[in-house]
Amino acid sequence: MLLQKKLILTETKLFLREPAAVFFVTVLPVALLLVLGLSVPGFRDADPNLGGERFIDAQFPAMMVLLSVTMLALSTLPATLVGYREKGVLRRLSTTPVRPGSLLVAQITISAVVGVVSTAVTLALGHVVLDVPVPRMLAAFAGVLLLGAVALFSIGLWLAAVAASARVVQGVSAAVMFPLLFLGGMWLPRDLMPSPLRAVSDFTPTGAFGQALRDTMGGHAPSPAHLAVLAGWVLLAGISAARMFRWE
Amino acid sequence: MSVIVVSDLRKQYDQKVVVDGLSFAVEEGEIFGILGPNGAGKTTTVECIAGLRKPDGGSISVHGLDPQRDAKKLHHILGMQLQQSEMPDKLKVAEALELYASFYENPADWRELMADVGLKDKADSAYNKLSGGQKQRLSIALALVGSPKVAILDELTTGLDPAARRDTWELIEHVRDRGITVLLVTHFMEEAERLCDRLALIDGGKIVALDTPAGLVSQVDTEQKVRFRPASALDDTLLTALPEVSSVERHGQQVVVTGTGNLVHAVTSVLAQHQIVAMDLRAEQASLDDAFIALTGRRFDHSAQ
Repeated sequence: MLLQKKLILTETKLFLREPAAVFFVTVLPVALLLVLGLSVPGFRDADPNLGGERFIDAQFPAMMVLLSVTMLALSTLPATLVGYREKGVLRRLSTTPVRPGSLLVAQITISAVVGVVSTAVTLALGHVVLDVPVPRMLAAFAGVLLLGAVALFSIGLWLAAVAASARVVQGVSAAVMFPLLFLGGMWLPRDLMPSPLRAVSDFTPTGAFGQALRDTMGGHAPSPAHLAVLAGWVLLAGISAARMFRWE
Repeated sequence: MSVIVVSDLRKQYDQKVVVDGLSFAVEEGEIFGILGPNGAGKTTTVECIAGLRKPDGGSISVHGLDPQRDAKKLHHILGMQLQQSEMPDKLKVAEALELYASFYENPADWRELMADVGLKDKADSAYNKLSGGQKQRLSIALALVGSPKVAILDELTTGLDPAARRDTWELIEHVRDRGITVLLVTHFMEEAERLCDRLALIDGGKIVALDTPAGLVSQVDTEQKVRFRPASALDDTLLTALPEVSSVERHGQQVVVTGTGNLVHAVTSVLAQHQIVAMDLRAEQASLDDAFIALTGRRFDHSAQ
């Protein structure tokens, strides 16, 4: 049985004992939204470039959700798994009746819960403090969140599969994560990107995910092309990860 | 009753043969040692027994279970302490034991086990705050927390200081007292001599000898030396007349007697008869080290330690 309650509980405690990880995936996105949303006046004005929406209505919160999920998937998860492999934690587990896959299940469960909680807190506090509207297509928003998270977690697992050591995976994570966040519109909204850059962004997991989050938050249906791109990443990274993952 | 039966075990990585036709049987309740230099195939052998590696040939049975086919059942009755296996840095001692206990159907009382290995005071200490000896004791406790019938301990005192090593040895003797069959992998002669009921000497993936430690030593007919300083005048002929003695040398005041058989007893008896007190008496006997050299024709490899 891969679902081990005690293991999930213990891994949750271990996750909460890493203040830096907790800060970056839960506190930082919410804090950025609230602090910048309250202090930068232009963010709260209707923006003709965004079709009359305020920057904090959809674009900004969508980016914060993207930030949280991306850091969980591309940094926290691979670093933890590679660290466990390097220390022989996975191997030790394989001497017990519990399969090492249980640890993978535990880690993914925790990441999923943290991602959902972080997203919910960002939207709830955004709504209370900055009057950020609740996503008008809530079911579609949840579906996009799930698909995008699965795509990014597959890439995270693939990174964990190919990285030889914890040191390597940290460097590789950063080298992959920051360009992907940029292409996702973290620093330059996709609407303002020159069209060749936006064309590249459309094919990245973060570009497609960020746009789909933003669309569903603003009450628009996500573009089928973006959903297809995310599904493609799930297949590509998921299959590579499954083939290449080593327990020792 | 044999609880582990290994016959004609073979394993190779790429082109390199690591285990080359090993056969042995381990009896219930004994500490069985697998001794050999680094790279002899010790770890690969026990990893095959624990079901972590698939043998290329031969068969293994542990309490009637096939480690590959019955891996899950096997892991309920076999606990393993792995070489170089750590726990997450911030996991506390009590949490690690409680977690691992939850993996088994009939676990041992982990609190009792924690006290037995002397980690009660460290229950709330994070793994990365433990000393090498404490980490090793936790590792042993984790191997025993499932109440196994068989425990495999791989190189468990490597990297420990002498005091921690002796504490660990005492702990292993308690493990045997619980009736657990122990398979001990080591490259320390002293450890094997102290702990093992029987041991297999492995070199180049083959068994060179299999016997009790004393039996292995007695296979080597090396000469022994007895050194002492006589308190009063001693006539060398008293000693050379003994059948056990082959030569007598003097280094200043020190007398060095070389011979075979029960040399110490023969020498001390004759000294006692003549009321000569032997001061600083020391006997040098053949050790497992000598046995290894005699059996393999080369020195035991300590270079990698």
